[in-house]
Amino acid sequence: MTAPLIHKSSTAPADGPDTSAPAPPVATPGRNRERRRWSGRSRKDFVVFLAMALPNLVLIGTFTYWPLINNIYYSTLDWTLGSASATVVGLQNYVTFFTGEDASKVLGTTAVFTLVTVGGSMVLGLLVALALNAKVRGTTLARSAVFAPYVLSGVGVGLVWLFIFDPGYGVLAWILRGLGQQSPQWINDPQLSLVMVIIVYVWKNLGYCAVVYLAGLQSLPRDVMEAAALDGANGIRRFLSISLPLLSPTTFFLLITTMLSSLQAFDLIRIMTPLGNGTSTLIYEAYLQAFGAYNRAGYSAAISVILFAILLIITVLQLRFVERKVHYS
Amino acid sequence: MSAPSPAAVVVSQQDAEPDRRHRPLSPANLLQTVAAGYVPLIVATLVVALPLLWMLLSSFKQPGEIVTMDLKILPDSLNLENYATAMTTVPFAQFFANSLIVTVVGSTVKVILAILTAYALVFVRFPFKNVIFVLILVALMVPAQVSILPNYILIAGMGGKNTLWGIILPGLGTAFGTFLLRQHFLTLPPSILEAAEIDGAGHWRRLWQIIVPVSVPSIATVALVTVVSEWNDYIWPLIITDRPETMTLPVGLTLLQNSESNGAGWGILMAGAVLVIVPILLVFAALQRYIVAGLTQGSVTG
Repeated sequence: MTAPLIHKSSTAPADGPDTSAPAPPVATPGRNRERRRWSGRSRKDFVVFLAMALPNLVLIGTFTYWPLINNIYYSTLDWTLGSASATVVGLQNYVTFFTGEDASKVLGTTAVFTLVTVGGSMVLGLLVALALNAKVRGTTLARSAVFAPYVLSGVGVGLVWLFIFDPGYGVLAWILRGLGQQSPQWINDPQLSLVMVIIVYVWKNLGYCAVVYLAGLQSLPRDVMEAAALDGANGIRRFLSISLPLLSPTTFFLLITTMLSSLQAFDLIRIMTPLGNGTSTLIYEAYLQAFGAYNRAGYSAAISVILFAILLIITVLQLRFVERKVHYS
Repeated sequence: MSAPSPAAVVVSQQDAEPDRRHRPLSPANLLQTVAAGYVPLIVATLVVALPLLWMLLSSFKQPGEIVTMDLKILPDSLNLENYATAMTTVPFAQFFANSLIVTVVGSTVKVILAILTAYALVFVRFPFKNVIFVLILVALMVPAQVSILPNYILIAGMGGKNTLWGIILPGLGTAFGTFLLRQHFLTLPPSILEAAEIDGAGHWRRLWQIIVPVSVPSIATVALVTVVSEWNDYIWPLIITDRPETMTLPVGLTLLQNSESNGAGWGILMAGAVLVIVPILLVFAALQRYIVAGLTQGSVTG
């Protein structure tokens, strides 16, 4: 199932190099056009519209909107998954979460995972974008290569990296042995397993940031850069004083999209640390509580609602900021 | 994605020193180009490529070549024993077939639904179209992950546990494809429908004979992004299947991981990883411009 994020074709000017014609802002000419022409056939159009759009709308309603409501209901239940009976306990699941040790552990892990993966993939993505923006041959091939991990199966990628991190026979252990070091036990140590998953997540996602940043860099006004160069500003100076501020819409777009996807990261965590030892983010804890050993459906639903609330807040913040426009000439 | 035209890319050191441009082969210039241009590119490419290359090489290695203190880079021979073992330890051919069915059926239905809904939203008169569009936009922001428990209860209640339709059905509604195609249809010039209107062609013919043929790149983008995410989808099939007969490849790999958890099993697991990664890698290599454009526009998480 896809979990698509936000798209603002009209508000995030640099969100991706695009071959198809740039999508315009939500346009009105289309509506005027059809109103002028197809008036008088409205009853027929009514039926045609429903025939074409209804299947999709019903599916979205049933499997996207209805679960949101259901989740809130389930979160008020003391309910073992698979059991026929459940007790309504009101907000008890939320109280349990926030007063127990889960809140600090899970929210802390989620915060660390999200902030480090977002920061890591954005900073490294920008550096790679600068490299890809160099005026040398082979950038097209390199751009494809760095983007590739983003489209690969998280399960496959997780297994490949588990092998690399393997303390006995992994490449990393071999390199460390060459340096006279012992490989740490990546999987058994809660802190190290979080570090490991973060490294792999950044590896998988930085290509996305790089490609979006590259599009931003390539859309910078050339005359401004040339003027700065003539004024004697060197490369680093030009980057810090001109490119970076001009890239702020891209940075903001990436901040939001990568934050939303980090909060939903599941595949790598599940395959690399099945027990969630130290890597229990909100989404993973919700999964473990319902489908792991405990079958605590009500409690899991409460965690999902909390996660959804966080995602919603970020989305709303984004819309507010985007309306005001961070910047763009 | 089209290759960046050199003119647009020039934001480099060389602008500052115009005289250098006339002597592109001077040793200092060459060195600088290599150091500033090629080295970072090569490093970035290697960081991505080496783990995948390692996966491929290891998938041919015998347990004795992996369970050893001396690292061997190349396998002794290109034997396919690990692939054979992976296939017999778990029903890998079945997983592959299931993944193929789920991906083909799921993507086909989703693309058709997206085309129909987008056409209806742009070209068919209907009240509340804006409200419907906003509901689709909001659905775009609701992650599938928070819906897994209610959807599990719904689908399991319908008897969809351990069935392929149970895997496919909840993902069929497509907000992403609808959104992307709607934005594209809005860019089409009104004149292209005029001839059809004079002919008296109905919506159905206008859609398939005019709109779809001129929208092939956008439809390809939606189709490819959908194929990639259906193939890689993990959390939902993991939850709704627990029998090998209906598992998809990523779920089957988890099963394989459980049965090959000792050091000697790495070669087999890498063979399994190759089988799930390489098909998408090939599709990406062939059609990456559509995939990159689609993903960076309405990004999809993996």
